[in-house]
Amino acid sequence: MANVAHSETSTPVVRRRSAVQKMLENPSMWRGIVAIILFMVFWEVGARFDEWFGKEWTLPFVGLIPPPTDVFAAWLEIIPKAGYWDSWIQSFKRVLTGFGVAMILGIPFGLALAVNKYFRDIFFPPFEILRPIPPLAWVPASLIFWPTNEMSIAFVTFLGAFFTIVINVLGGARTIDVRYLRSAQSMGASQWDLFSKIIFPGTLPSIFTGAAVGMGITWEVVLAAEMISGGGTQGGGGLGFFIWNSYMGGSLTQVVVGMISIGIAGYISSSAIRWLGDVMMPWRRLF
Amino acid sequence: MASTAQSENKTDTNGRVMTAPTGFALVWYRIKESLTTPRPYLMLLGILMWLFLYWLLCEGLRLDRFDKIPGPIAVAKEWFSPTPFQGISLFTEDYYNNIYVSCRRILIAFGLATGIGVPLGLFMGWSKKFKDYTFPILEILRPIPILAWVPLAILMFPGFEAPVIFLATLASLFVTTLNTMLGVQSIDESYFRAAGCLGSSNWDIFKNVVVPGALPYVFTGLQISIGVAWFSLVAAEMVSGDHGLGYLIVDSYMNNVTVPMVIGMITLGFVGWFTSVLVRIVGNWLMQWHVKALAQQGR
Amino acid sequence: MNMTTPNATMKQNSAPIVSPGNGSPMGGALSIKNLTKIYDPEGVNVCAVDDCSMEIAAGEVCMIVGPSGCGKTTLLNAIAGFHSITSGEIRLDGDLLCGPGKPKAEQGADRMVVFQNGALFPWKTLAENVAYGPIVQKRMSKSEANDKAEHMLAEAGIGEFCSKYPGEVSSGMARRAEIVRALINEPKVLLLDEPYRAMDALTKSIMHESLLETYDRTKVTIFFITHDLEEAIFLGDKVHIVTTRPCSLKKTVDVNIPRPRTYESLSSEEFRTLMEEVNEAVHEEAVKAFQAGERELA
Repeated sequence: MANVAHSETSTPVVRRRSAVQKMLENPSMWRGIVAIILFMVFWEVGARFDEWFGKEWTLPFVGLIPPPTDVFAAWLEIIPKAGYWDSWIQSFKRVLTGFGVAMILGIPFGLALAVNKYFRDIFFPPFEILRPIPPLAWVPASLIFWPTNEMSIAFVTFLGAFFTIVINVLGGARTIDVRYLRSAQSMGASQWDLFSKIIFPGTLPSIFTGAAVGMGITWEVVLAAEMISGGGTQGGGGLGFFIWNSYMGGSLTQVVVGMISIGIAGYISSSAIRWLGDVMMPWRRLF
Repeated sequence: MASTAQSENKTDTNGRVMTAPTGFALVWYRIKESLTTPRPYLMLLGILMWLFLYWLLCEGLRLDRFDKIPGPIAVAKEWFSPTPFQGISLFTEDYYNNIYVSCRRILIAFGLATGIGVPLGLFMGWSKKFKDYTFPILEILRPIPILAWVPLAILMFPGFEAPVIFLATLASLFVTTLNTMLGVQSIDESYFRAAGCLGSSNWDIFKNVVVPGALPYVFTGLQISIGVAWFSLVAAEMVSGDHGLGYLIVDSYMNNVTVPMVIGMITLGFVGWFTSVLVRIVGNWLMQWHVKALAQQGR
Repeated sequence: MNMTTPNATMKQNSAPIVSPGNGSPMGGALSIKNLTKIYDPEGVNVCAVDDCSMEIAAGEVCMIVGPSGCGKTTLLNAIAGFHSITSGEIRLDGDLLCGPGKPKAEQGADRMVVFQNGALFPWKTLAENVAYGPIVQKRMSKSEANDKAEHMLAEAGIGEFCSKYPGEVSSGMARRAEIVRALINEPKVLLLDEPYRAMDALTKSIMHESLLETYDRTKVTIFFITHDLEEAIFLGDKVHIVTTRPCSLKKTVDVNIPRPRTYESLSSEEFRTLMEEVNEAVHEEAVKAFQAGERELA
């Protein structure tokens, strides 16, 4: 082997690299950073074009929105204010309420649909008829029905997540390999054992998929409901109201700050679900 | 050996040749078969029970709060009335105009999102470098709910129509792009290797492996994407719109007429369901190989 | 069972029919020298192939036998040009495929691969699959390629399934069509990676017959990876037994059972002796591999 001496195919040098080194050597990360920097520069330059070259040089689309540096400055200004954080708390409360209720009702309902054929035949068709109606179309009806704004927002939020979670739980429970059930039965498992030891854990991955998607929809709905119903009238605004209010007040930088904030909030929520999924499903970490 | 067409034929007990049913005959046969099981009756029972409960709460017992929601009879009466009290029924031009406006917006938005999203997703899945440069930006923009874009959309685009279409396009663009990308990444490596062995150029591989291999995912994505497009369209029409079903719902609410609101909701559900079925039919038509393979596995 | 030629009995007593070197007029001699491959995905070095050398004559059926996950497929991937090698060299008919200064061989139609799980394009019919190679290489027009494909499929006994999709036919049919797809390109070497792995014994025996028949017709060099010893001896001119990871050549057994072979040769004394010889060598490696308990390489 000594005679095949060439830099590319010669005897390999055994190198062990640390995690940090590996990350620094990963070209994907660098490309990503370059892409984001280019995106920011494009946005900044595009937005300031008219400032530098005069009004007639206002670029379409990007020229009409505030540049990132202004947004960042506005953000720094607003971070110490209690009202801003209050919006976060309001929105989070609404999201968690609607989402929580949807999980509590949706998981048993979905499992029942999957386990019992007659239950499915009776309850699935009306469910399927209501499902294609976009959740926001329910907003006016629920504003009429529920006594307070807060309750109607919670109801619409619940609807948004409920349909997604049920469909995912049902799909997940029905794709469980029959062999698992049979092998458990042959080992003498009771009906309850089958349900708690096979069907429920087997459905967990789908529950978490449904939860992740449902969480995204929940944020959409909460935001929309806050914007449509003017959540500010009763007990404080939320991030949707923050955006709408900033828009009405003509402060575009604050609109963008609101958009970014809600993006971060949504990202935090879905990361939390992913983390919880990893904790609850240790066998999935291999993949 | 008999040809495949003949081998599907069987003879019945009297020796007559029975041809395997196809097309409408097959559908009819399946319907007839299913009527011998309890399933369709239970389904009907479920729908009737639900309608009865709806009627009982809103019209039968007239419970507090429920009485504010129009019941099934009131809605049906109005919907099929040639002279509706509250302005919207199957016989008014306004009703169809709203449906038309919403459908046209969806068509434009969905078309744009598919036209941009599918090629973008294909290239992102195919070229690692391209993905490295574009994916982070997509991931930064994606968590921002579509509704948060409303103020910027109104500002960036003139008129009523363009912002609404922009919002619906944006929503379904993310879904379509990501699913297409996942679709390309899900293609088994050995198909690329086989194509390479057989002497394919890059363009051949793109045409014959990347595109057809990603199609099942693309169409799953398109089904979700059209749902998301409707979701965003309704939201956008409610906030900033002019005409359309979302506008009909919110406008009825503002004017305190509740029946058109419910008609709008049901219509929206039906139209949304119909468009998603349409996408599925197109998908199945384009992917005969996929449908046939699934049928062989008994799915 | 005697399915090939009437002169089978004539050749029964003669010397080995395929002697290395004069088998194939198209060439296809493979030479692997000191091949080493080290995977380094996560900074952890995994040595898949270590200093492996073997010579495969043109027109020879060469069987590679070893425990699962030992790096046989790595060997095949290096020949086919799917991934680079760390050191050593591979030559085809004396031309360098990969070696010093050229870590990765170019993929080409002279070395056709038949994959473990099958890689017929599910979105093309069997005939379209077979016609694909000549069309993209621009060797034939579309109609010519289609005619040839249908002709070759008919020759392989699956002519009536031409317009079916791979998902609609049995795995045996699909595998046969895949071999036809490879052969239409007139390759020098056919690389088979455990092609009959997931098949039951009965289907397998039919596949073996058809492969032998194909081989007798084309005399293409075959590089065949398997861990089925019976298959190895029944099909091969030579059986190369490789060690568990890292993979290197442990022992070569010459199979002198005359061709054309039929299932009668399975019960011959000669066959049993060879079985014992191979089994002994492989079993030792299998035990080692099992005790190491490493996850198989992809």
